[in-house]
Amino acid sequence: MPSTSLTLDGNEAAARVAYRASEVIALYPITPASPMGEHCDAWAGAGEVNLWGAVPEVIEMQSEGGAAGAVHGALQAGALATTFTASQGLLLMIPNLFKIAGELTPAVVHVAARTLATHALSIFGDHSDVMAARSCGWAMLCASSVQEAQDMALVAHAATLESRVPFLHFFDGFRTSHEVARMVPLADDDLRALLSEEAMRAHRARALTPERPVLRGTAQNPDVFFQAREAANPFHDAVPGIVKDVLARFAARTGRRYAPFEYEGAPDAERVLVLMGSGAGAAGEAVAELVRRGEKVGLLTVRLFRPFSAADFVAVLPERVRALAVLDRTKEPGAAGEPLYQDVLTALHEAWGAVHAGAPRPDVIGGRYGLSSKEFTPAMAAAVLAELTRPAPKRHFTIGIHDDVTHLSLAWDEAFETEADDVVRAVFYGLGSDGTVGANKNSVKIVGEHTPLHAQGYFVYDSRKAGAVTVSHLRFSPRPIRSTYLVRRAGFVACHQFHFLERMDVLELAAPGATFLLNSPYGPAEVWAHLPREVQRSILEKELRLFVVDARRVAEAAGLGGRINTVMQACFFALSAILPRDEALARIKEFIEESYGKRGRAVLERNFAAVDGALAALHEVALPAAELGTLRRLPAVPEAAPDFVQRVTALMLAGHGDRLPVSALPVDGTFPTGTARWEKRGIALEIPLWDAALCIDCGLCALVCPHAAIRMKAYAPEALAGAPAEFPSKVWSGKELAGHRMTIQVAPDDCTGCGMCVDVCPARSKEVAKHKALDMHPRTAELARERARYEFFLDLPELERTQVELETPKTTQLLEPLFEYSGACAGCGETPYLKLLSQLYGDRLLIANATGCSSIYSGNLPTTPWTTNRDGRGPAWANSLFEDNAEFGLGLRLACDQRRDVARALLRTEAAGLGDELVRTLLETDQLPEANLARVRAAVEELRRRLAGRTDERARRLLELADALVERSVWIVGGDGWAYDIGFGGLDHVLASGRDVNVLVLDTGVYSNTGGQASKATPRAAVAKFAAGGKDVRKKDLGLLAAAYGNVYVAQIALGANPKQTIEAFREAESWRGPSLLIAYSHCIAHGIEMSSAMGHQKEAVNSGFWPLFRYDPRLGGPGLHPFQLDSRKPRTSFQEFAAKEARFAMLARANPQQAAHLMKLAQADIDERYRYYEQLAGVERVATDGSEESHP
Amino acid sequence: MSVDLSTRYLGFPLRGPLVASASPMTGTLEGLARLQEAGAAMAVMPSLFEEQIVHEELSLHALHEYGSESFAEALGYQPALDFPHSTEGYLETLRRARRELTLPVSASLNGCTAGGWAHLAHEIEQAGASALELNVYVVATDLDTSSAELERRALDLVAIVRAAVALPLAVKIGPGFSAPAHFCRRLVEAGADGLVLFNRYLRPDVDLERLELVPSLVLSDSYAARIPLQWIGILRGKLSCSLAASSGVHTAEDALKLLLVGADVVMATSALLKHGPAKLRELEQGLRAWMEAHGYTSVEQLKGSLSQANCPDPSAYERANYMRALISYTGKFI
Repeated sequence: MPSTSLTLDGNEAAARVAYRASEVIALYPITPASPMGEHCDAWAGAGEVNLWGAVPEVIEMQSEGGAAGAVHGALQAGALATTFTASQGLLLMIPNLFKIAGELTPAVVHVAARTLATHALSIFGDHSDVMAARSCGWAMLCASSVQEAQDMALVAHAATLESRVPFLHFFDGFRTSHEVARMVPLADDDLRALLSEEAMRAHRARALTPERPVLRGTAQNPDVFFQAREAANPFHDAVPGIVKDVLARFAARTGRRYAPFEYEGAPDAERVLVLMGSGAGAAGEAVAELVRRGEKVGLLTVRLFRPFSAADFVAVLPERVRALAVLDRTKEPGAAGEPLYQDVLTALHEAWGAVHAGAPRPDVIGGRYGLSSKEFTPAMAAAVLAELTRPAPKRHFTIGIHDDVTHLSLAWDEAFETEADDVVRAVFYGLGSDGTVGANKNSVKIVGEHTPLHAQGYFVYDSRKAGAVTVSHLRFSPRPIRSTYLVRRAGFVACHQFHFLERMDVLELAAPGATFLLNSPYGPAEVWAHLPREVQRSILEKELRLFVVDARRVAEAAGLGGRINTVMQACFFALSAILPRDEALARIKEFIEESYGKRGRAVLERNFAAVDGALAALHEVALPAAELGTLRRLPAVPEAAPDFVQRVTALMLAGHGDRLPVSALPVDGTFPTGTARWEKRGIALEIPLWDAALCIDCGLCALVCPHAAIRMKAYAPEALAGAPAEFPSKVWSGKELAGHRMTIQVAPDDCTGCGMCVDVCPARSKEVAKHKALDMHPRTAELARERARYEFFLDLPELERTQVELETPKTTQLLEPLFEYSGACAGCGETPYLKLLSQLYGDRLLIANATGCSSIYSGNLPTTPWTTNRDGRGPAWANSLFEDNAEFGLGLRLACDQRRDVARALLRTEAAGLGDELVRTLLETDQLPEANLARVRAAVEELRRRLAGRTDERARRLLELADALVERSVWIVGGDGWAYDIGFGGLDHVLASGRDVNVLVLDTGVYSNTGGQASKATPRAAVAKFAAGGKDVRKKDLGLLAAAYGNVYVAQIALGANPKQTIEAFREAESWRGPSLLIAYSHCIAHGIEMSSAMGHQKEAVNSGFWPLFRYDPRLGGPGLHPFQLDSRKPRTSFQEFAAKEARFAMLARANPQQAAHLMKLAQADIDERYRYYEQLAGVERVATDGSEESHP
Repeated sequence: MSVDLSTRYLGFPLRGPLVASASPMTGTLEGLARLQEAGAAMAVMPSLFEEQIVHEELSLHALHEYGSESFAEALGYQPALDFPHSTEGYLETLRRARRELTLPVSASLNGCTAGGWAHLAHEIEQAGASALELNVYVVATDLDTSSAELERRALDLVAIVRAAVALPLAVKIGPGFSAPAHFCRRLVEAGADGLVLFNRYLRPDVDLERLELVPSLVLSDSYAARIPLQWIGILRGKLSCSLAASSGVHTAEDALKLLLVGADVVMATSALLKHGPAKLRELEQGLRAWMEAHGYTSVEQLKGSLSQANCPDPSAYERANYMRALISYTGKFI
């Protein structure tokens, strides 16, 4: 056991080198590279120094483009600079990458390689991003394991200094960036030994300085540009040699040998696989196994992809190789082949003869694999090598999918396995909230750092945030682990949540005779009867050993609530026998101390108690001979689900999306909406139940529900016919629907149990003050009854939109939400705004959604919460990118306007034939009032009827455009990271355009989706990632910036503080015929608040003046008029009082009381000053010079 | 004529009998310095509530675990901050106060588990406290827990802390015990060097608008001193321990009465919160003036001179209602 080994993930491995070898680090968060930046920021915060004894300058920028710019500048001024990125982030850096390379500037960018968004975004790993940057002139060095992510990072930093050619160092996103593995760390002295002082001095000597002024970044003309471009050739030509030299020095110092191209396998191989990245692990295993079986095969792993050294490539190939299969982890539609394939062809063409004179040049086929982290296994590698034995192998193929459309895919033999029996393989199914992954990471460390075994952990996360399921794949082996794929056959399976059994096949990966550890509320004697038949069958057929532990009881007794991870971890070690039991328990405690030591004695003692209590509660179950009972695993979706959901969505939901063939999927990324309703997850422990007798019909519960899982309907009494027994109902109290009855009903399988509805409910019992019109009750006890009620409730008729005025929470909540059951966090602060938007304008809504939380809960497969009404109308939603959302939304508006204008022109020319009355209705009706919109819709139908028989071109054109005559409501939605930072330039331009678009900024004050990094919306005194010492500058006042235009409608809103003002702002924004901007206070789990009371926090945010409410309405301008309305009263409480309840502020007082006191004082001053300023603005006269006459306030 | 105000408390000498009891003022170095300047003989820092510390540690832990390792794009939502232990601020204030001030400073501790009390008491001793005040705070709501059981638990805790530290140890209790005299004796037997009589509990109030119970702090008045006055008078001379009077010390007269019935020190809180540390100087002047006017030369002289044992009418301490004084019509001896 090397005492010097560390167990960490690829991101940390790379960042440890980058940090020490850099002076300036410019950052921008993007998955899966964010942790590299976060580590650097944390180290800098802790005062850790680089190799030269200084704390590097670490700065977060507004985009990757900004980060690249800052790096470029820092390099020009003589610093060693780096950044970290992936995917679109790398694309945004490309202009600077060309510049940096063109100026022969040593630099390293570390990339956790990730899929580029095409038909869909994907956060997962492939090489499409780095391949898109391959023409920039940067050297490209690829690491294929956690160890290499560290080692190649150093090689890149060393080689760039010596060569002056900048380096992209990349490794596979997630598979390497997030894999936890044992590796040997590099010491500071190793880094110093490799980094040439002389080259560093030369770099500094080239810095821009007024002492020796030079000019860079000239504009050149046709006379010299070309020659100058060629002048750098010798530097690029020298790179392979320099890299080889650095690698040789590295090997001499560390004993780890690498080469630009590495060959392994049979020395006389006839067939060779070529690839780069983590796939080399799986392929290497396949080759070793095939060689053992006597096959003449080999693997060539590419490390230095650019500059591609043909001579070096050819030199490592065995003389007798007959055929190569080149695997690319990217796709370039329309190319003659993917990039690595093409380079290999060229290299063979140019260099084979010179090295292997006389030997026939091998044939080459090329395939794609592993897009978006698609599994790549030894079986797949073997299938590719097998393809080379066929008389006419597919020249272009895919591996890892079933392509039944273009038939490019190769079949593979699932039974081909390479893992030895002495490798411990374990799979754990847990919830994010029960701490399973954290404990498993510690288990990997315990084994990796305290036994001679090698250890590997890889973790599969959920795309939903509420009730997220995690699957941990662990391996422990006496030999280094190269299995860069999920565990396929596990000797140990743990299910950390009993209810998973009815929803997923947790025994799918269990090997025959495996141990199955189940967290069960039922003891060894009674558990069998509570297992679904499918589980019983697997246990019996595979002859598993079943162990149960009531982990929840042990954890609760230890004072840990539902945090069962240490209990399950102790049981795992007890059963797996990797370590002697006592030692294992002692190590677990050591790691608990290491992980949680700083959090205090209480935390440690409770976790220790859980470990101590675990084994006494662990029991083996004596298995009966036969299956028993009637419990069955639930189908993934109900039978009533539509065809696409049954065929496609259901497989994804069941975790079997890999089985879907190419033909099952849409060709262009277009998916049906209305699918979240089929996904009944049942994750709430408690659900709200309604007491009709207390309810005052205010609608607040439905308004704040982030998941549209509690709803309100008003209906005619007759509609109750056929209601389930005791279906609750009361008389509707409003004047507008006299004679109606109403019901508030929870969706028991869709509710997340966040409790916000109960918290905001104002209706208390006079007799028992704690009893409200809504109280939380255990879900299971009420499930059957509430399911039946909800089913009936959904069938109650929807109101006509014209029946109510949409001015109050009460009336808006009578409308059907067209955004429902999202996978957002329980208690999300963003989704209530989107749901409200869908209720107000869902049937005419086009949404441009910036990448972020809202695009993920809206559009991450398998399902979407956006849905349709009974007429089939509903929001049409699209996500383009992160940075371009405002422009994208403007494009939607321009197209709508263009289509509408053409339709109107056609109507005018065709008026005579169509009837004046109809044409007048279509051209002149103000569509804002609901009744008018309904009239226009009817008129469009009539128009269709009248045009139906006509065959002339104009009529056909008009028929095609008829829908465009109904006004579209275009909303541009995104978070503060988009609006304040990366998308601000575009947002500004769109607001300046004067066009009728509505922008909704869901402002959480941090980059929520990537884990809470600071944005320019982060308030002063809050801590966030990249602002761990507390944000020391004020939040940008986006609202006032927009209001400065004069013709932009702007509102700052907070649903929990003033729902009426929120609704008014939505209505005013929609009705203003110019650009509108709503800035919506959105609480977030990153704020560190009790989520059930989050709406109360919104109130306090407003009462303290932290979040003033205002509206700037250009229509209210004019001589003597004041369009800026301050909707908040003077602050009534101090910022301190508000801040004390939110960990984002309170944490700083714990960590650094002096800094906290200083920032709190400034934050209070900000609030006071801003309120005074706003008060004055409210008295300022202003005229919107181009206010639209069509607008209706 | 000069009077000697010095007294002894928990075995060590104090320059006078006026002690600043636990309040926000005694929780900061600045506050303690101001109290020293105003003439406080000693100060008791606010209680470290074990329950609060545990809650804080657990909630901070929960905050960092919440939402972490669930979602691929965000393995956590909080920045890595280096937190000092939750008791560190308190202990640092104590350490600095002992280093930088001459005023004796007692720490105060409210624990809820045996391990917690001993551990924290040890840390307080390490930080250099002059003494430790254990704040035995029980709101006995459980229908199944008897007074005997509660008393036993408190005594056990005192014994554990006594065994853990060599510090002078005071125990502060509330007035709600059914047999205070007996219980006080047992506390001394368990190792208390002194008793602080009595704790004033926070009594909840009703918010009529929100229909909620709200915690509410009401400052004491002079009348509140009657309870310690009664019990210190009763216990004076019967127990071999120091007695501190707490509650209702607003005027020099209040302090004098408590000293007369037997308090070794009187502790002021509400008066200092209301009027600031300077109030101490005023109390001391009042004390001196009265003693001079009445011919007392030292606090030691007047301490306990009106205790139940020393007063002319001991039964006055025992009257609990508007009962007429029991008048005897005969002598004791024929």
